[in-house]
Amino acid sequence: MADEEKFDVIVVGAGLAGSTAAYVLAKEGLQVLLIERGRQAGAKNMTGGIIYSRVVHEVFPNFWEEAPVERAITSYNIVFLGENSAVTLNLKAPGMGKPPYNAFSVLRAKFDQWIAGKAEESGATLVTGVTVDELVMENGKVKGIRSGQDELFADVVIDAEGAKSLLVEKAGLRGDFKPEDVSVGVKELIELPEEAINERFNVGGGEGASYTLVGYTKGIAGGGFLYTNKASISLGIVARIDMLAEKQVKVHELIEDYKLHPFISKLIEGGNVAEYSAQIIHEGGIAQVPRLYADGFLAAGSSACLLINNLFTLRGMDLAVASGAAAAKAVLKAKERNDFSASSLSAYESLLREAFILTDMEAFRRTPSLLNNRRFFTVYPDLACSVMEELFSVNPAPSEKAFKVVRRHMKGKAGLLDVLKDLLEVYRAL
Amino acid sequence: MSVEKLSLDKRLGLNKYEIDSESHIEVDKELCEKCEAKPCLFVCPAEVYKLEDGKLVYSYEDCLECGTCIIACKGMGRGAVNWKNPRGGFGIVYRYG
Repeated sequence: MADEEKFDVIVVGAGLAGSTAAYVLAKEGLQVLLIERGRQAGAKNMTGGIIYSRVVHEVFPNFWEEAPVERAITSYNIVFLGENSAVTLNLKAPGMGKPPYNAFSVLRAKFDQWIAGKAEESGATLVTGVTVDELVMENGKVKGIRSGQDELFADVVIDAEGAKSLLVEKAGLRGDFKPEDVSVGVKELIELPEEAINERFNVGGGEGASYTLVGYTKGIAGGGFLYTNKASISLGIVARIDMLAEKQVKVHELIEDYKLHPFISKLIEGGNVAEYSAQIIHEGGIAQVPRLYADGFLAAGSSACLLINNLFTLRGMDLAVASGAAAAKAVLKAKERNDFSASSLSAYESLLREAFILTDMEAFRRTPSLLNNRRFFTVYPDLACSVMEELFSVNPAPSEKAFKVVRRHMKGKAGLLDVLKDLLEVYRAL
Repeated sequence: MSVEKLSLDKRLGLNKYEIDSESHIEVDKELCEKCEAKPCLFVCPAEVYKLEDGKLVYSYEDCLECGTCIIACKGMGRGAVNWKNPRGGFGIVYRYG
């Protein structure tokens, strides 16, 4: 093998984790090859989230000044959807509209090209339109990658291929994903004029709103999201794969039903759907995280199942950036020792702890089962709506006190003991 | 002004694809025929998998490359779906994402 064929590091996938890793490594002078299967960075990527700013700011200081962010999120909403009504918990935080901000809506086709550009600027070689089919292994060690007939070699391969995590499986670091641990998310990108969004969502220029939607999923574990972009809305629904199959419900129909819910239709009416996208989401929490490293190999971002969902925040993109940076630092340490074995690369795990990624995932290890509790996505959203509707109504009939109204609506749906158990579960999980 | 549902075909028609002449999806017919659950028919957000005269057919051209079918087929079916990434540059091209 000729010298010029060998790189210090090959990074698979020019998404947020991969481009960040490549950026950090190339900045330190390493020879980095960043391989993307899309015809350009971002072509294969979609998001059902917002990107939390502070963690990204640590790697790319003041990134919002140059990156194509859509809106700074200053209005945060959790919405419980009933049949015809909705109960909303709303935070308006104008302070989050100033540096360092809290979170931004982004569109990945643009944002990922920016971050891949940062990797290139720092000296990484980006090749697009190349699919990595296999890892090249030798005595159980990862030596490089294979694409079609071509083989390329490196001291370390960083896998940042995304949620399908096919190379992690090939490296023998994970078993099969379980359908009950994984959801499929679909999204419609709905174009609306910037002014209409400002008015409808009551936000100033450059500021935006995010909505977490609970309920109205035909009994399927999951929920929805709605984010404002500059001149469009991202509306999506996420549903557990095993339940879709068992109940024979189609996720592409669930999202259309969603659009007709009065709460949602008011927000999107007049808009034009411009794109329909889909993605899997690893909901299993820390228990689902595979082994993160092997000889000559590291996994970062979604391919390592790094995701935190605690109902209030859904973190994937900032974890991708942080884990990409941590993977790069682990490689830099290994390079000092010129030892790329699994034990040398295991520094990655401590770096992920220092970045609070694994520690946060451990802290929220109970939330996956909370979010899978049937009552949270079937009974309670409806209950919240029907109770509130009655409490805010006046009828020419004797009124009941609030607690009595709640008890009456609970009848046949949830016992008092169930509710107490669930409250304890919420307390433990969140 | 009201909101209307969009058919799946219409939505897929809004997307941009670079369609490859060769399929990145293969289905092991023998294994598939033995599968009664056929979760692929329900979970795929693009309805790539369909039954025609009792036989499974698939339109790889519509694939959104999410990977749902791999997990459902392995975990709830017979593992008949063999899904690879499309060749470089081919498949879905998100313009927004």
